[in-house]
Amino acid sequence: MIQGAQPIQKIIAAQKRNEAIFRVVAIAAVAISLATLGALLFDAFSDGLRRLDWQFLTSFPSRKPERAGILAAIAGSFYVVSLTSAISIPLGIGAAVYLEEYAKNNRFNRMIEVNITNLAGVPSIIYGILGLELFVRMMKLDRSLMAGALTLSLLALPTVIISAREAIRTVPSSIRQAAYAVGATRWQTTRDHVLPLAFPGIMTGIILAISRAIGETAPLIMIGALTYVAFLPTGLDSPFTVMPIQIFNWVSRPQKGFFECAAAGIVVLLILTLMLNGLAIILRNYYQRKFSVRSL
Amino acid sequence: MSQNLNAGDVCLKVEKFNAWYDQFHALKDINMDIRKNKVTAMIGPSGCGKSTLIRCFNRMNDFIPTFRQTGKILFEGNDLSDRFIDPVEVRIKVGMVFQKQNPFPKSIADNVTYGPKIMGVRQKSRLDAIVEESLRNAALWDEVKDKLKSSALSLSGGQQQRLCIARALAMQPDVLLLDEPCSALDPIATSKIEELIIQLKEKYTILIVTHNMQQAARVSDHTAYLYLGELIEYDETTKIFTAPAQKATEDYITGRMG
Ligand SMILES: Nc1ncnc2c1ncn2[C@@H]1O[C@H](COP(=O)(O)OP(=O)(O)OP(=O)(O)O)[C@@H](O)[C@H]1O
Ligand SMILES: [Mg+2]
Repeated sequence: MIQGAQPIQKIIAAQKRNEAIFRVVAIAAVAISLATLGALLFDAFSDGLRRLDWQFLTSFPSRKPERAGILAAIAGSFYVVSLTSAISIPLGIGAAVYLEEYAKNNRFNRMIEVNITNLAGVPSIIYGILGLELFVRMMKLDRSLMAGALTLSLLALPTVIISAREAIRTVPSSIRQAAYAVGATRWQTTRDHVLPLAFPGIMTGIILAISRAIGETAPLIMIGALTYVAFLPTGLDSPFTVMPIQIFNWVSRPQKGFFECAAAGIVVLLILTLMLNGLAIILRNYYQRKFSVRSL
Repeated sequence: MSQNLNAGDVCLKVEKFNAWYDQFHALKDINMDIRKNKVTAMIGPSGCGKSTLIRCFNRMNDFIPTFRQTGKILFEGNDLSDRFIDPVEVRIKVGMVFQKQNPFPKSIADNVTYGPKIMGVRQKSRLDAIVEESLRNAALWDEVKDKLKSSALSLSGGQQQRLCIARALAMQPDVLLLDEPCSALDPIATSKIEELIIQLKEKYTILIVTHNMQQAARVSDHTAYLYLGELIEYDETTKIFTAPAQKATEDYITGRMG
């Protein structure tokens, strides 16, 4: 026994007590978040399921609630999110790779880092103002899909960059050294070893960023996305709407019928978001397993 | 300090070499000629700068931001730290096995073929031959020949270290840097590696860091004793181990210090 130590039984009893308390707290935390999600789903589904049918999914908006549908908004959201991903994912990963693997630790780069971290906390409406000025007016993209996607890309980029950097940083430097020692260049090392190992972590950041982009309303309203769109987007320069805007529009109408449309719209938005997340998580887990210890 | 080593071509010439990590003076005024096709052992207490010095021979210290150096290391007549020397080319010619085993989290075969592949070897039969030859040389073939496709991380620590040796051998470098290659190995694997080292010096110039005096005595032709960043004594191994010129060397070897 160490001199001055407490009796073993006493120490073990105290530890058991702490463990029990911790377990209760952890279970409570999980229960509260699950209950909130459950309440949200129940609320949306109980109002929305009645209205949710094939007609709703395949119709354009209408002045009559029973003939209104969400097709234009689904298509708009799909295009905007695809474009946003196509822009922000390669840019974000590229920036993260540069900052982690190439950039020297000088004042300029430290300033960039601090700014990116701060950008992640900027309210989305500010991005809307920037998008309006930069893309809609200066680049004359007007209220187009492209302007919307670029604006949302600005919003998604900081999250993608920060999480990709964190994922890249967790790759042990011994792996990099192993690659350099057999004559790999910096780029070969990054491409063949660092990025594959960082992939699951990068994926997590992308899921977060893109899920946020799907639900984002304010910046798109700011750049002037329409609320009444009776056609599918025809190209990058086409006007568009997205699901949250359509839902917002329905909620603000006085008729009871539109309230049901809004609830049904929320159900669709939730289901699509969950599906997208699910897909991303499957991808991430696949890669996690691929690089895990015992199987290959 | 005596430098009347066995005659022979100089492979690496270290001249007035100093190295720092930030303000910490890790290597102090090192001068030594490393002979071609010989095994040179580096011994010395922990933290004396053996790994630092061995990493200078393939520019691995480039990745440590706080690292600075002065002086020269000549390899094939060129200063390794010259601006127009491509570190990638240096590392292709000077292979390395690290103190801690660091296999890629890929299959056993992929670990060995990664270097040859980035060098442009594509032919499947050629790659297979490289895998077998390298693993045989690293005394690992018999243990893994039936599971070349399984993850390198499923191997034991000692097997992983031999895989790292195989990975370095697959590049067929001119110089092989071994930083305590046997510290994770059992006596059988160790003696296999030692045999390999003796056999490899026909083709390669080998530098080995070791804490095992018997190992230094068994495999090396020349031995360098480092202490606190200084090269205390550098001579033929037999001389170092039978009649060292410095008292400090003798104390270390006989275990009175370090
Ligand atoms: N990356 C680093 N940054 C700062 N100091 C370092 C770094 N690497 C090594 N050092 C210092 O340089 C000195 C020499 O280290 P080195 O790793 O070369 O020792 P070594 O002789 O290989 O020791 P060991 O036998 O324990 O491996 C040590 O004092 C160590 O603290
Ligand atoms: Mg060392």
